[in-house]
Amino acid sequence: MLVLEIIDLVKHFPGVNAVDNISFSVESGTCFGLLGPNGAGKTTTIEVIEGILSPTSGTILYNGKSRGKSFKEEVGIQLQKTELPLFLSVKETIETFRNLYKRKAAMDDLIDACHLRELLERDNRKISGGQKQRLFLAMALVNDPKLIFLDEPTTGLDPQARRYLWDIVHEIKSRNKTIILTTHYMEEAQILCDRIAIMDYGKIIAQGTPNDLLEQHCKGAAVVLQDINDEEKLADLPWEYFTTRESIEIQTDNINECITFLMDKGIDLSNMNVRSLNLEDLFLKLTGKQLRA
Amino acid sequence: MWRRIWTLIKARNREYFRDKSALGWNFAFPFLIILGFGLIFTEERQTLYKVGVLVPGMAALQTDSSNTADGIYTNFKDKKFIEFIEFSSRDNALDKLKHHRIDFLVAPKSGEYWVSKTSPKGYIVERLFHSSSEMKAQGYHKQEITGREIPYVEWLFPGILGLNIMFSALFGVGYVIVRYRKNGVLKRISVTPVSAFEFLTAQVVSRIFILFFTAIVVFVGCVILFGFECRGSYFDLVIVLFMGSFSLITLGLIVASRSESEEFTGGILNLMTWPMMFLCEVWFSMEGAQPWLQKATHIFPLTHLIDASRRIMNDGAGLYDVRYQVTILAAMSLLFLLAGSVLFKWHKD
Repeated sequence: MLVLEIIDLVKHFPGVNAVDNISFSVESGTCFGLLGPNGAGKTTTIEVIEGILSPTSGTILYNGKSRGKSFKEEVGIQLQKTELPLFLSVKETIETFRNLYKRKAAMDDLIDACHLRELLERDNRKISGGQKQRLFLAMALVNDPKLIFLDEPTTGLDPQARRYLWDIVHEIKSRNKTIILTTHYMEEAQILCDRIAIMDYGKIIAQGTPNDLLEQHCKGAAVVLQDINDEEKLADLPWEYFTTRESIEIQTDNINECITFLMDKGIDLSNMNVRSLNLEDLFLKLTGKQLRA
Repeated sequence: MWRRIWTLIKARNREYFRDKSALGWNFAFPFLIILGFGLIFTEERQTLYKVGVLVPGMAALQTDSSNTADGIYTNFKDKKFIEFIEFSSRDNALDKLKHHRIDFLVAPKSGEYWVSKTSPKGYIVERLFHSSSEMKAQGYHKQEITGREIPYVEWLFPGILGLNIMFSALFGVGYVIVRYRKNGVLKRISVTPVSAFEFLTAQVVSRIFILFFTAIVVFVGCVILFGFECRGSYFDLVIVLFMGSFSLITLGLIVASRSESEEFTGGILNLMTWPMMFLCEVWFSMEGAQPWLQKATHIFPLTHLIDASRRIMNDGAGLYDVRYQVTILAAMSLLFLLAGSVLFKWHKD
């Protein structure tokens, strides 16, 4: 069953088409990831669906119908950037937001699910970044929503805090909730998402399950050479390659042929590295390696 | 709906009452003003002119005294609003006069006085000094004010109360909502089922509660410290203060309806509060000001709030006597509330 259907969505700001005619759908009980570099239009897309921004054109269907008044009652939202009312403890913050909804999650479940029991009496301004993200997550779950929006939930967190939050999201997912999340961490998408859409310049440039997309765009493996001076010998290489400051990375669907080619060219392979392609490779392949302003 | 409004009121009140530094200032400010003005404007301490007196027996120059000179000085000394400062050294006294530290110097025993030719104050004091020999103005009979006179501090108190309400209403609502919008609190609330109406109602109710709480503390404090009394009914006063607070808070809602910049809003709020501070009879009466200016002050809600509360507190007027002010405040509130609600945006699109 489809929880969300986005059809030909456009959001135009003066001078820029932030979201340019995109369509996708989200099935109940799955985690859908919107991926893309900074400025790709992920947050604008999610904010239009959440009702924060109004769409320029397009259709948004929630459970097969237009989003009605009950939409805000039924969904949970974690914004990318937010501040909290001041001088409230963590517990008071959760209670304040919980009291804004008719349907309420059990307070104890919420606190345990987001691992906040130790922090309940702390001032909401005096907790760490990871703890704050867990509080924001709890605020998104106060109404026990079936559909949850998470906008870059782990941006700026250290690796431990990030993994901790992934565990919590996994746990939430296991309760048959539908999640839409935006991220630019490929590992996060690979771990959490059942389906992903990669966005760039306001358009969706690829979508599907992570495995399908890898299969489709990134078959094979990456062969990494450590000496960038070897680049001059790769003029007639039949596969795509990228050069960085320290290495050359060849993406090939046939490792044997690739290695034979390199040996024929007299390239020293003693420091060569071979790894399978992942979503990060797919992402870079589709969105380019140029740094975005 | 009411549960959501109540939740937001509680959150806002907690924010206000737990911010100890700001809270202390909100209560201390009116007390300090009243105390300061009480000291400055108590009649005994109020001086407009300073007169140096060369003390008999110690003055450097002594000539024959005369009864006439003494008599004039005695009459002169009875004049109010003149501070008499004794000097034993004539040179020192003359030096002070030259530097306008005093306006006039008199030596009662020698029958001499000195005045600076260039000092306007000295000129006035000299006239006063001369008039001291003629105690009654020809053809006039002095009459006393009958009934109870209102001490200046009691006249001032409703003004200070109104001023405090104005600052608290405009900055407390206007500034806070803009801060919420700027830092994203407003955006976070906008994705919950809370409607704009519910949010604004909560802000207005919370601020009225805070204003009344502050006003009661300040009022009781001033009654205890200065012995003020309200000659009219407290119920009428509460109605007037409520209408005044409501109109100023709703004016704050207009200011806060769209802006994301605290600096811009601060500028606008200053632009509104400064004219009100000086033109709404907080500190002094506008009697004698240009008629057009007197009329222009009627556009400010603070004018009507202070006028009505002064009539009730100082003159014992009833609600019926201040119906004009209360009606104007109600009309302004309705207008501001409508404009504030129509213009309100959670965030920039």
